[in-house]
Amino acid sequence: MRIVIIGNGVAGITAARYLRKLSDHEIIVVSEEAPYHFSRPAMMYVSMGHMTYDNTKPYEDWFWKKNRIELVHDAVSAIAPSFSSGDEEGFSPGKYVVAMLRGETIDADTIIFATGSEPAWFGWTGEHLPGVQAYVHKSDLEALERNVQGARNAVVVGGGLIGVEAAEVLHARGLHVTMLVRESGFYRRVFPAEESDIITKHIAAQGIDLRLSTELDRIVGGENGGRVDHVITSSGERIQADVVILATGVKPTIDLAKQSGLNTDRGILINDRFETSLPNVFAIGDCAQFEHGVEQLWYTARAHGEHVARVIIEGAGPYVRGTYFNSAKFFELEWQVYGEIPADSDSTTSEYWSELQPIRCLRIAHRNGVVIGIHGIGVRLRQDVCTTWIDAGATIEVVRKNIQSAVFDPEFTRKVTV
Amino acid sequence: MNYIELTVPDSMRNHGTMWSRWKSRGVPAYLLALLLTGFYVLVYWFPEPLAPLASLLDPLAQLLRGSAADRWFLYGTVYTIAVFVMGARMLLRYRTQRYHVYRTLTLMTVQLMMSYLIPALLARMGSKEFYFSYFWPLKPEYLFPSNISALVQSDNGLLMFMGFWTITMTVVATPVLTYFYGKRWYCSWVCGCGALAETAGDPFRQNSDKTLSAWKIERWMVHSVLASVVSVTGLIWWANVDPASPIAPYAQDANKVYGFLIGSVFSGVIGVGFYPLMGARVWCRFGCPMAAVLGLIQKYASRFRITTNGSQCISCGNCSTYCEMGIDVRAYAQRGEDIKRASCVGCGVCATVCPRGVLKLENH
Repeated sequence: MRIVIIGNGVAGITAARYLRKLSDHEIIVVSEEAPYHFSRPAMMYVSMGHMTYDNTKPYEDWFWKKNRIELVHDAVSAIAPSFSSGDEEGFSPGKYVVAMLRGETIDADTIIFATGSEPAWFGWTGEHLPGVQAYVHKSDLEALERNVQGARNAVVVGGGLIGVEAAEVLHARGLHVTMLVRESGFYRRVFPAEESDIITKHIAAQGIDLRLSTELDRIVGGENGGRVDHVITSSGERIQADVVILATGVKPTIDLAKQSGLNTDRGILINDRFETSLPNVFAIGDCAQFEHGVEQLWYTARAHGEHVARVIIEGAGPYVRGTYFNSAKFFELEWQVYGEIPADSDSTTSEYWSELQPIRCLRIAHRNGVVIGIHGIGVRLRQDVCTTWIDAGATIEVVRKNIQSAVFDPEFTRKVTV
Repeated sequence: MNYIELTVPDSMRNHGTMWSRWKSRGVPAYLLALLLTGFYVLVYWFPEPLAPLASLLDPLAQLLRGSAADRWFLYGTVYTIAVFVMGARMLLRYRTQRYHVYRTLTLMTVQLMMSYLIPALLARMGSKEFYFSYFWPLKPEYLFPSNISALVQSDNGLLMFMGFWTITMTVVATPVLTYFYGKRWYCSWVCGCGALAETAGDPFRQNSDKTLSAWKIERWMVHSVLASVVSVTGLIWWANVDPASPIAPYAQDANKVYGFLIGSVFSGVIGVGFYPLMGARVWCRFGCPMAAVLGLIQKYASRFRITTNGSQCISCGNCSTYCEMGIDVRAYAQRGEDIKRASCVGCGVCATVCPRGVLKLENH
């Protein structure tokens, strides 16, 4: 059997690795983005000079050949059902021909879409001006290198995880950064008021000009060559910008899937075994949409990749996502979350502890005394301990008393005293 | 809460490291490597040009040792100054991380006391110039029969103490401490080579080779050096027990060859000279027999490991990039596996640079 995986991000690559672990099938991974898998979250470290691009590759280049995973650096132009001249009808159900942009075609018995996501822009005036970019794709890395040359002012639009990374990168490159954030506090959609306040102030303290409750109205080019010159905010303010990074979220990349006749909505529609509307075609990672919606995290993409391999090789049952977790870093502040921390958490629905110098805080959210989520800023927390508590419905008293056993801070770090 | 209070010092950022010509093998790095190797060549084999430099230190040498400054005093002084100057940088850079503050202060103190002041004072007292922080097999001669029997059978209490210290540290403390804490108790907290690597070498840690082939070479080399030092020590003992044996005349020659190739060329010239090119742990990784012994204990009989926090790894590679021992930390972290590698010196920088709080040094 030949399995063609479209996309070499973490979802596609994890699928390839597990397919190889579990089977002897032929595996081909196609990517137009990069010849080898790299870690997308590491892009910012390349832009800041912490790492080289090569450092972001989790596997040495020989790894793929050794594990008989064929890599094709090309774009897929079309996918069509296979018509083999041999059989009666001339049609082999569930078999496909994958056509590449450069003309090559590959016969496939199974296809996995792992095409990821792309920037969600909202048709702003001037969004295609030179100097305006996203920060998602490998080509954005190269665009950033060009755009920061000689630039002094930057505007980042979006108060999410990519927005703060973009701001950090531009700031590290010596630009004056203004950040437009729709909410009244940074990440307020996700964070309770106290945490949002801490992060908001921390970002401002780095020297970022943070504009809250502010949206982008339009982007205006200069006279010379039409490069971006400034932006106008929703309140009509004009902000100088030689670089604009639009970090207003991402949407599933589904053009190829649509053309190939797959059922799509926001993403490629799948069931809980990653099966699409066509036989032997699967979709995983950012591009896939379950009945309950999309899961667009690094961790879920990895989990999808592993599970789809088990479905294909072992006939595994439904994918069950474990207790939610995530993490991020806002400049110097690390954040880890397990379970559910409602953005409207307050003293009646959660226990909150915080200290300054250095900034650390911890929140244990509960529903009628049963813990539903734990998160920390500046405090590292053990995933297994937190998840076990949440899954077992541990009470707030138990968690508070044993919180030390969940702390994953380096040795000699001051103890957390909830 | 004001904005000042909420500012965390940007202590551990590695902004621009990969563009720095000093830190990323540019021309200045090669010139520095040349300068360092040149200095070691002079110190070991052609000391005459250093004499005027050494004589500048005469007053200090008279004060500490009670004798004129020779090249070794010059070397020790330069070494200790390097550890302190770059140690101060280290303390500033990692000031928010107590693990780094404590171990750097310990390394600086041990270097100053055990490798510089105490040996000098011992010399001044006319006693044996003894380094309490070095043991066999890093200092092979400390377990040679001539040395051991002279110390242990001495009627001088201080010399007897040195003898028992050497034996106890080598035979008892080393395995016991390594069992509980891993090899880091020595390599990142006590050792003088470690002191220089962890201070002066910190800017160059990203230059270590992370490839699988480098790991293979490392295992062959470091264990070959260990086998050599065991053989040399064995030969010396054999010659001592049975002076009439046909082997006996060659024992001292073997020791001299080992001392030249490993003690001088490898640990000194290459070990420090190649800092800017291959990271600060070239000697510790590829050559040090003490690291080899500690590594074997660490790998097969130690509670120490670097643990991975569930599935939080984003495979970014900061850990691997900044591992001075060239361990591909990410390869383990992204699989959710604990890291138990013989070479890990437990510097803790992987855990520090991890942006997702995935790694932790633990003694389980």
